Amino acid sequence: MRRASTLCSFAKGAPLRLLSTSSTRQGPQVCVVGAGPAGFYVTQHLVKTLPEANVDIYEKLPVPFGLVRFGVAPDHPEVKNVINTFTKTAQNPRVRFVGNVSLGKDLSLQELQRLYHAVILTYGAEHDKSLGIPGEDLGNILSARRFVGWYNGQPGDENLNPDLSTDTVAVLGQGNVALDVARVLLAPIDYLKSTDITAHSLEALSKSQVKRVMLIGRRGPVQAAFTIKELREMLKMEGCKSVFRQDDFKGVQEFLPSVARPRKRLTELLAQAALDPKAEWLEAWKTAERSFEPIFYRSPAAFLPSSSKAGTVGAVKLAVTELQGEMSETQGVKNTGAFEDVKCGLVLRSIGYKGLPADPDIPFDSKSGVVRNSKGRVEGLPGVYCGGWLGTGPVGVIVNTMGNAFELGRLIEGDIKDGTINATTAKPGYLEAAKILDNKGVQAVSFKDWEKIDQEEQNRGKAIDKPREKIVSVSEMLKVVAN
Amino acid sequence: MKTAAACLWTIHCRALSLSARQTGKRAIRKLLSERLSASLCRAAVRPQLAALLRSTSSTLPPASRFLSTSARLMSQEETISVTFIRADGKKISAKGKEGDSLLDVVVNKEVDLDGFGACEGTLTCSTCHVILSKEVYASLARPTDEELDMLDLAFDLTDTSRLGCQITLTKELDGLEVNVPASVNGARQ
Repeated sequence: MRRASTLCSFAKGAPLRLLSTSSTRQGPQVCVVGAGPAGFYVTQHLVKTLPEANVDIYEKLPVPFGLVRFGVAPDHPEVKNVINTFTKTAQNPRVRFVGNVSLGKDLSLQELQRLYHAVILTYGAEHDKSLGIPGEDLGNILSARRFVGWYNGQPGDENLNPDLSTDTVAVLGQGNVALDVARVLLAPIDYLKSTDITAHSLEALSKSQVKRVMLIGRRGPVQAAFTIKELREMLKMEGCKSVFRQDDFKGVQEFLPSVARPRKRLTELLAQAALDPKAEWLEAWKTAERSFEPIFYRSPAAFLPSSSKAGTVGAVKLAVTELQGEMSETQGVKNTGAFEDVKCGLVLRSIGYKGLPADPDIPFDSKSGVVRNSKGRVEGLPGVYCGGWLGTGPVGVIVNTMGNAFELGRLIEGDIKDGTINATTAKPGYLEAAKILDNKGVQAVSFKDWEKIDQEEQNRGKAIDKPREKIVSVSEMLKVVAN
Repeated sequence: MKTAAACLWTIHCRALSLSARQTGKRAIRKLLSERLSASLCRAAVRPQLAALLRSTSSTLPPASRFLSTSARLMSQEETISVTFIRADGKKISAKGKEGDSLLDVVVNKEVDLDGFGACEGTLTCSTCHVILSKEVYASLARPTDEELDMLDLAFDLTDTSRLGCQITLTKELDGLEVNVPASVNGARQ
């Protein structure tokens, strides 16, 4: 294809690229940083609408797919079906996956701006918020994000070593991540062992002493951030009963008629579970040995040390809150001045993820953990865009990220087509990037290389009746590629 | 609650009774999403079902219909016309067979709807969201809680919204027109 177009340009009297040392490529050169859903969906849009474009997707890890691989719970494999769509995109001849290459470390933003017409930052949010309260550095207070990374094989989290010898866990936060970690802690081991959960976490969970998991939120049932499907799963979890505080539900039934269907159905289910549980649930809960305990209107004020295990958390001091103003989904709370202590041996903090600037040139709002941008155009950097959680904040499931990424794709497509991005001056794209990486001794991983890792993981899983056994160390992934 | 074995047998029978034109894997995945709402059932049968999925060939042999509990024969021909109206106004028509879901039609006929059916019909996303007319909506069987749970996360949800992977084509639906909402597809206002 390239030779034909080079001949054409020769025929038109254009510079003799046949004889050049091929320092540039035809068509818009686009690079995407971060091979998760946002990166893949924006790529999908651009290769569809710009037939001449080349898109290179850079990824810090040797393996693609971001939170679809590392965030989605092991017992939700159908959510990961999107990987098939992403694989199709990656296999397009104009798309190149470049794994094991890190923005800020192996390539700078300035270099990418020089080599590509457009740079799209979609590397998500790989850190999480902390509470900033006394005692937060006590042992066994962990981020839920890292706990998820531990059971999902995120390189770097395999040695988290959560101490599961306690019988009570406090999960702080009431989003889907909080529900996921609660579910993994409360599920019967048989439920987990034929999923792609990592071997080391399965081993630890099989010895877990955890019996109670509290899910603690500052606000009320009407403001709960988790979604109904995940709540239903918890209410039906084998061997586990759901225990609510009826007082938390004052005023909730009165609120229901005024609200839109999604919030209404969720709140109805919550209220039913708390105030009038179905006979079939009650029957199952009678013999349950474990419990799931959502607690509302409590905000963590301090962590208290354990009296038996030095240096480890023993309890959380919770400030009692109450809602301000009229009940609504977005209502705020204030502290009443009262407190309640709850004993626990493990705390999982699940109050939100946070992004970081991978490169010093990226204008960043550190308070919100988001790149400063206007509709996806990064402030002050023409030709640089951002999308997904890095641009919108770390909230949303696949459908939200998809919508955002397609919108960003349309914006960039428009910018290229109307000349806002001057794609007529040729840029070298990967031709040059490969040289820089080579000089630095960076081993870039291609999509075919990933397929080798993928196959190896599936083979290892087959032997033990799991869909795959994830490889959790980067060096081992690179060894598999090298073989 | 059904035992794992009972689940498997029911699914096996139903799988065999489906039309041979449907790809085996999609048919079984559809059954999985319909049947496996109980967590335990899902966990216990998953390895066996995974094996069943792997072993299913791409088309089911018609001769195995003798195990079907339903005597109704489904048409092999693509006689049912569906029109998808995108948010940007473009209308795309395609034909499907009885028993196809709307998602099947989009996939089989490569209907140009970006992002439609991300989870491949397993009721774990809301990207096949379509909006029906009041009459058509009322004529269909009520959506299950499982479908509503995912539909609740869709953009631009309406009272006549459904997930396309849960709508099965029948002769009565010939000429069906559905709106595909803005946010996943086409220009957003």
